[in-house]
Amino acid sequence: MIHYLFKRLLMLIPLMVGITLITFTVVHLAPGEPVEMQMAMNPKVGKEARERLRKFYGLDRPLQEQYFTWVGRLARLDLGRSFSTDNRPVRDKITERLPITLSLNIIALVLEFGLAVPIGILAATHRDTLLDKGITVFVFVGFAVPTFWLALLLMYLFGVKLNWLPISGLHTLGSDSYGSIRYIGDMARHLCMPILVASFGSLAGLSRYMRSSMLNVIGQDYITTARAKGLSERVVIYKHALRNALLPLITQAGLAIPGLIGGSVIFETIYAIPGMGQLFYQAVMSRDYPVVMGIVIIGALLTLIGNLVADICYAVADPRIREGRGVQ
Amino acid sequence: MSAVRRLRLLLPAFLLAVTACTQSPAPSRGGAHDDKPAYGDALVEGTIGDASTLIPLLASDSSSHAVAGLVYNGLVKYDKDLKIVGDLAESFDIASDGLTITFHLRKGVKWHDGAPFTSRDVLYTYRVTIDPKTPTAYAEDFKQVKSIAAPDDHTVRVTYGAPFAPALASWGNAILPAHLLEGKDITKSTLARAPVGTGPYRFKEWVAGQKIVLESNHDYFEGRPWIDRYIYRIIPDTSTMYMELKAGAVDMMGLTPVQYARQTTGIRFTSLFNKYRYPSSSYVYMGYNLRHPLFRDKRIRQALTAAIDKDELIHGVLFGMGQKAVGPIAPGRWAYNPHVKDIAYDPKHAAELLAQAGWKEKNSDGILMKNGKPFSFTILTNQGNQQRLLTSQIIQQRLRYVGIDVKIRVVEWATFLKEFVDKGNFEVVMLGWSTSPDPDMFDVWHSSKTNPGELNFVGFKNAGVDRLLVEGRSTFDIEKRKKAYFRIQEIMADEQPYTFLYVPDALPVVSSRIRGVKPAPIGIGYNQIKWYVPKAEQVY
Repeated sequence: MIHYLFKRLLMLIPLMVGITLITFTVVHLAPGEPVEMQMAMNPKVGKEARERLRKFYGLDRPLQEQYFTWVGRLARLDLGRSFSTDNRPVRDKITERLPITLSLNIIALVLEFGLAVPIGILAATHRDTLLDKGITVFVFVGFAVPTFWLALLLMYLFGVKLNWLPISGLHTLGSDSYGSIRYIGDMARHLCMPILVASFGSLAGLSRYMRSSMLNVIGQDYITTARAKGLSERVVIYKHALRNALLPLITQAGLAIPGLIGGSVIFETIYAIPGMGQLFYQAVMSRDYPVVMGIVIIGALLTLIGNLVADICYAVADPRIREGRGVQ
Repeated sequence: MSAVRRLRLLLPAFLLAVTACTQSPAPSRGGAHDDKPAYGDALVEGTIGDASTLIPLLASDSSSHAVAGLVYNGLVKYDKDLKIVGDLAESFDIASDGLTITFHLRKGVKWHDGAPFTSRDVLYTYRVTIDPKTPTAYAEDFKQVKSIAAPDDHTVRVTYGAPFAPALASWGNAILPAHLLEGKDITKSTLARAPVGTGPYRFKEWVAGQKIVLESNHDYFEGRPWIDRYIYRIIPDTSTMYMELKAGAVDMMGLTPVQYARQTTGIRFTSLFNKYRYPSSSYVYMGYNLRHPLFRDKRIRQALTAAIDKDELIHGVLFGMGQKAVGPIAPGRWAYNPHVKDIAYDPKHAAELLAQAGWKEKNSDGILMKNGKPFSFTILTNQGNQQRLLTSQIIQQRLRYVGIDVKIRVVEWATFLKEFVDKGNFEVVMLGWSTSPDPDMFDVWHSSKTNPGELNFVGFKNAGVDRLLVEGRSTFDIEKRKKAYFRIQEIMADEQPYTFLYVPDALPVVSSRIRGVKPAPIGIGYNQIKWYVPKAEQVY
C-alpha cells in the first residue's frame, strides 16, 4: 500500500510540470498583452512608456526565461505579482476571494443534494403520476431558465417590490457596527437569492439521476423480497432502497469537488459578489498572466489531489488495484 | 470589469466633464422650510468596476481615478466652465514667451496625516513620474519639462524647451506625498491600498470588490464637505445597480439611455431622484483604413457619411440621448467650429458621389460593382459594447440601400487591439474616443503617429493638418489656437477620415435628498463638497 501511494505521489511531479507548461503556453498564445490592455488607446502613452511597463513585468525577456522564473517561484509556493496596475501578490488576490466562493458553493451544493434526493425519490415512488410529471416540468424549467433572467426577476420581486431581501452585495452598509449574530444574519439574507439561483439550475440533473437510480433499485429482487417479508413501504424505500440508490449520486458529489473553487461569472456579476469567477474572468480579459496561471494551477492541483484521494479509496476497496495487477 | 471598456483620450479623472446641461432637475420635495445645509449623512455611488490602485500615477482605469480624485489634488483643475484654475496652487503665471510656468502654492495645506504640503511634494511627484522605473502612463507631458525648481516652500517654477499648451493641464495630475514615498519603491507602497492625499475626502476603508469608503476631511482647504461619507459600491451589472437605486441602497449612478428614457419617468421615480443630462466628453465614430484602396478616395468616404442617417442612430441606439457629431471637437467647447457644415443624410447624393468614383452598375443582388468586384467591406468592433454593435447594424442596413454590402465582426478587446488595430488589419472600425477639455489631438491625427500601436491607426496623413496641429499646441494664445483648430475641423469635414457619428449624453441620476447639485458645462461633480442633505432627510 505504501509502495502504491509513493508511486502515485511521484507521478504527480511530471503531471504538475506538464500542467505548468501547458498553462503557460496557452496563456501566452492568446493575442494581446497586459501592457496593451493598460496603455492602448491612450494618447498620453508613448512607445517608451510601453517598453517601461513591459520591462517592469519582465515581458521583454525570452519566453523560456519567463517560464522558468515563474516555475521557480511556483516551486517556492510564490504565485508572483499581478500584472494589473495594483501589482499585488496573486496569493492575496485569490485568498481574499476564495472564502466567499468556497462557502457559497458548499452551501449551494448541500442545498442541491438536499433537495434533489427527496425530489428524485418522490418522483420515483410516484412514477408516471401527475406528481412525477409535475416535478419533471418544474426541474426542467429550472434547467432551461437563463440564470441572469431568473436572478433579475427575483431581485425585482423580493428586493424592489416586496422589500424582503437585499438586492446585491454581501453586507448592508453600516453592518460593521452590528453584533456578530446580526452581522451573520445580515450576510445570510444577502446570500439567500444567489444561493437559490445557483442551486435551482442544477436540480434537474441531480434529481433525474436520483429518480432513475431509485427506479433501478426498486426493480431489484431484494426489494421485492423486502416487500414480501411484509416490511412497510417506508422501511423498504428509505432503509433498503435509498442506500443503494445513493451510490451513483455520491460519485456525482465527488466530481463536483474540484468545481468548488470556481465561481460563476454571471451570477457573481449580477449579485455583485466578489468571487473567483469575476477575478478569473477579469484576469483573462486583461491578460493578467500571473493571476490566470495561478488560478488554473490551483484548480489543476485540486483536481489531481481529488483524483488521488479517489484512487486511494478504490485501492483500499479493491486489492487488485492496490497490488498493481490490474483487471485483465 | 471589462464589460464596457471606454477608449480614453485624457486623464479619466476629468471624465465627468462637459457642456451645457439640457435638463434641469425636478423641484425638490418638502418646500424650502427645512432645506438648510447640514453636516452628516453619506452618499453612496454605484460603480461597475472596482478601483485597482489608489496611487493615480500608476492607475489607468476610470474607477481608480474617480476615487483618487476625491482624495488627492493637482496643482490646477478645470472649473465648472472648463477653464483651468488653481487647485493646490493658489495661482500661476505663464511667462510671456510661454516657456516658464510659476505656481504659487497654497499655504497651510496639510496632508491627511497632518504633515504640511510643500513644494517638495511637487518636485517629488515630477521626479517619480519621469523616473524610468515607474510604470506609469502619464510621463509623456512631464518629459517636455526642461527644468524644474522650487525657490521656496511655496513656489514651483517649471521651464519648457518650447511653448507647449497641454503642459498646464498636465499639472492637474495628483500631487503625491513626498514624506511617505520618497526613497521607497512606489509600486510596492501601501498607499496604493490606503492613500494619503490633500483632498476633500480621506480614505477610510476598502473591501475589495465590494466598497470603498471615504470620510470627509474637516481641514480641507476649500472647507469641510457637508456630506460626511462618500461610499463607492461596486456593482458590476447595471440592471442590478438600477434596482439597488430604486430600493434606496444607491444614491447616485449613471443611467443607460433606455433606463433614462423609459424606466425612470414615473412620478414615483422623479419624486425620489433627480436626473441630469448633458453631453458626455466622448464621441463614437466609424474609422476608415485610409491605406485600403477602397477608402483612399475622398468621395467614397463622403458618400458613406451621406448614406448614414445620424439622427436615426441617435434615436435608435441612444433613445434620443445624444447629439450628432460633426468633427473631433465637441459642440460647446471653445475650440468647436460652429460654421463647419456636416454632410447631411442624402442617399441620392451618396449615390452620385459613388457614381463619380466609378461605382455605377449594380449586380442582381443590388450591390454596386466596379471592375467585376462588389462594393463590400467589414465593420470591426469590440466585444462588450452593445451601443457600437447596434450602431453598426443600423449602418449596415442604411448602406445596403445605396448598394453597399457590409459585414459586421465583433472581436474581444485584447485581440481587437493587437491583431487588427495595431497591425492596420481592418477595413472599417467602429470605436469611440473620450475627449479632453484641451483640444490638442496631435496623437490621433498627426502623420508621425501612424506606426503600429500608435493612435492614428487609420493612417490619416495631411500636411495642412500636421502643421495646424503643431501650431495649435505650441502657443497659449487662445485666439491663435482657435484659428488652428477651426481650420482643422474644416479640413476634417471635407476629408472625412472618420464618419463622426454621435456624442452620447452623460445621464447621471442622484437621490433627491441630496441638495446643491448644480449642473455646469463640466458636469455635476465639480462642486461635490457643497452638496448636502438637510438634517430631517439624513438616512445614514
